[in-house]
Amino acid sequence: MSVFDGLKFRKVSSPIHNLDPRIKFIYVIAIFISAILFHQILPLAILLLIQLPFVFLARVQKQWIRSLRGAAFLATFIFIINILTKFFYNNWTLTALDIETAIGMTMRFIVLVESFSVFFLTTSPDYLGLALEQSRMPYEFSFAFTTAVRFVPVLAEEAQTIMDAQKARGLELEKGNILKRIRNYIPILIPLIVSAIRRSLELAEAMESRAWGAAKKRTNLYLLKLHKGDCILISVTALILLVTIYVRLFLFSSIPLMNELISRLI
Amino acid sequence: MSIIEISDLVYTYPGASKPSIDGLSLNIEKGDFVLITGPSGCGKTSLCRTFNGLIPHFYSGELKGQIIVAGQNISGKKTFDLAKHVGLVFQNPENQLFALSVEKDVAFGLENLGMSRDEMRKRVDWALNLAGIYDLRERSPHEVSGGQQQRVAIASVLAMQPEIIVLDEPTSFLDPLSAERIFEVIYKLNQEQGITVVLVEHRLDLTVKYANHLVVMDKGKICFEGNPRDLLCNEEISRIGVGIPKATLLYKKLKAAGFDINKQIPLSSDEIADQLLKVLRP
Amino acid sequence: MITLKDVHFSYANNIEALKGISLTINDGDFIAIMGQNGAGKTTFIKHFNGLLKPSSGTVHVNGVETTKTSVAMLARNIGFVFQNPDNQLFSETVEDEIAFALKNFGFDKETIEKRVTWALDFLSLTQYRKTSPFLLSGGERKRVALASVLAWDPETLVLDEPTIGQDHEQKEKLRQFIMQLQAKKKTVVMVTHDVEFVSECNPRVILIRDGKIVADGIAKDILTNSKLLKESSIVLPQIAQIFTKLSPLGLPADIIDLDEAETVILSKAKKEA
Repeated sequence: MSVFDGLKFRKVSSPIHNLDPRIKFIYVIAIFISAILFHQILPLAILLLIQLPFVFLARVQKQWIRSLRGAAFLATFIFIINILTKFFYNNWTLTALDIETAIGMTMRFIVLVESFSVFFLTTSPDYLGLALEQSRMPYEFSFAFTTAVRFVPVLAEEAQTIMDAQKARGLELEKGNILKRIRNYIPILIPLIVSAIRRSLELAEAMESRAWGAAKKRTNLYLLKLHKGDCILISVTALILLVTIYVRLFLFSSIPLMNELISRLI
Repeated sequence: MSIIEISDLVYTYPGASKPSIDGLSLNIEKGDFVLITGPSGCGKTSLCRTFNGLIPHFYSGELKGQIIVAGQNISGKKTFDLAKHVGLVFQNPENQLFALSVEKDVAFGLENLGMSRDEMRKRVDWALNLAGIYDLRERSPHEVSGGQQQRVAIASVLAMQPEIIVLDEPTSFLDPLSAERIFEVIYKLNQEQGITVVLVEHRLDLTVKYANHLVVMDKGKICFEGNPRDLLCNEEISRIGVGIPKATLLYKKLKAAGFDINKQIPLSSDEIADQLLKVLRP
Repeated sequence: MITLKDVHFSYANNIEALKGISLTINDGDFIAIMGQNGAGKTTFIKHFNGLLKPSSGTVHVNGVETTKTSVAMLARNIGFVFQNPDNQLFSETVEDEIAFALKNFGFDKETIEKRVTWALDFLSLTQYRKTSPFLLSGGERKRVALASVLAWDPETLVLDEPTIGQDHEQKEKLRQFIMQLQAKKKTVVMVTHDVEFVSECNPRVILIRDGKIVADGIAKDILTNSKLLKESSIVLPQIAQIFTKLSPLGLPADIIDLDEAETVILSKAKKEA
């Protein structure tokens, strides 16, 4: 309950959630590559804006903004480091161009973070597990993934119960110096580990009882098929890549800088 | 026709000093509803594990005697071969579900068997319906209650269409009402699908009315075995620490006080109430 | 004495688990808290030793408000035994396990020794003193968990689902054990689904539904009220089931005890004859 609710996955349905995770992943990689190819503000801003229809179609605005906020700290850090290095490097002077480059670097980071967070925000773990199962990876790998998703919240809840049980026996976690505090966690870790081992044994038993390892080739209840949406996304991805490569090869030097644009306006 | 034949079984877990099953022979007929009971640590769970070869294949240890399940000697068979004939449902529902949706869990065994997708779909829907959880098929395991989780576990062994279903205290973590629903599902499987049921349970008051074969174990051995009504008359049985249903106890008390309401010993509250109504109604 | 005044509690996800609970538990009370899963029973009892603090309203234990003190302080008076012993056992020996809380509470060596010996004896665990708790059976582990709480002799004992997974004999032992505590004027609060166990113990029953107390009274009254129990998804105890079916005979309906059932039926039979 309570704190660990966030870990429990629930099925969500939207045009974006229903896309094949594999295609979505290729899209993310495409955005990733594009972001690395540019350092100017304008193309990076476009890459950032491209994500918006995704976010709105999937109705994950709130979570998206939250992840943006999460990235804000690191982004600020990157910006400051950039400014400071330029500042020291150029003998304590700072040009408008320097600031623009720093903003560009920061935006690149944000684009990278955001494309991945869109992927994880809109891909439910069961779908991801399925995609893993149907890629060429060994089944054990995807099984380990889904089992982890399944049991992390269960173990988190158990950890909470164990903590309550030991606190009820007078254990004070926050008491003592740093060494003592680490030792305070022993009565929590041991039951947790023992229970995880017991659980895994029971799981193994249940798996054996359901014919684990019977056929050389496992089949699958679901088949991931490409739908219309997936085809659209493939086309969009291809288009983004083509435009990116074209601009990078032939128009790279003529991408207008922000301070040129601003000075032209003035 | 016997579907499970066990003769002179002795089994010791690896590293254990004394055997958990100590000279046990048991015959279970096809279509039986067998109820196994006995105090904690009497060897019930170990016995269940032999039915699909978890003992000795998964647990190793030392096994003597012979176990024939659905015509196959388990010592020569892998658990995954036996799983097609014997479905095991365990005590803790949480640790039997590993998929991220209910129907994917029900399909797990069939996927392992390499079944075609169309056939699998049919079997999964069939099993979901029998367990009464078709509406929950797309839920994640966190979104269903303990009782529902246990029904998912039942559906997932059911999907493999075994001849025998073995349930090891399937309701001990559940409230009585959810427990009753589970027992009704199991009883229906036994009556309508002709599946042989082996149920391990402490709470006779909830279950004995379904059984036609009662087995009482203690210290790795079978102490009593037979028709539930005959066995519950036996005074010895309560000395082992088996919880006799209150309806049966009341009947015995009344009889001891000289008030014999019926020849047939009642197994449930409904039965004794009907008997009493017949005798006491003016 | 534990006093709750209009206690509300919401989890971080804004789900309100308790919706205004007021209750007084007097010293020496024996209470069974019943209700279906998710009714708020566990949330409720976790307020007694401050593991949870009310979102609004107050909880007082012996006059001290739980928000003004620590779980460790409250635990001295309120012993809490969790449902699953494996959630707390961690020591190398049973003896160390039982001494754990005593050390936390700062008892001196001599007292610890004395109390551990007493608790081992009280729950017939003396032979396992130097054994690892992990090697014991389920029922024995449950007893070690209980002993590890009883060791510091708290005034109130809270038991969460003590009968789960227990066989008939273990339940009977538990019942006798609770009776012994009652004789020592201890307060015992248990959360349970087990109607048969409750009807054998005959405590005061508090029924919780949807975060509120819907009934508070003697077991005999509540466990024979089929309408009330049905709303909480609780089945009637067997004896009560029998007497509900016998209602056309005009027998009293509030019977949950086997001996009483016998007497009533025999006297009715005598009248008929």
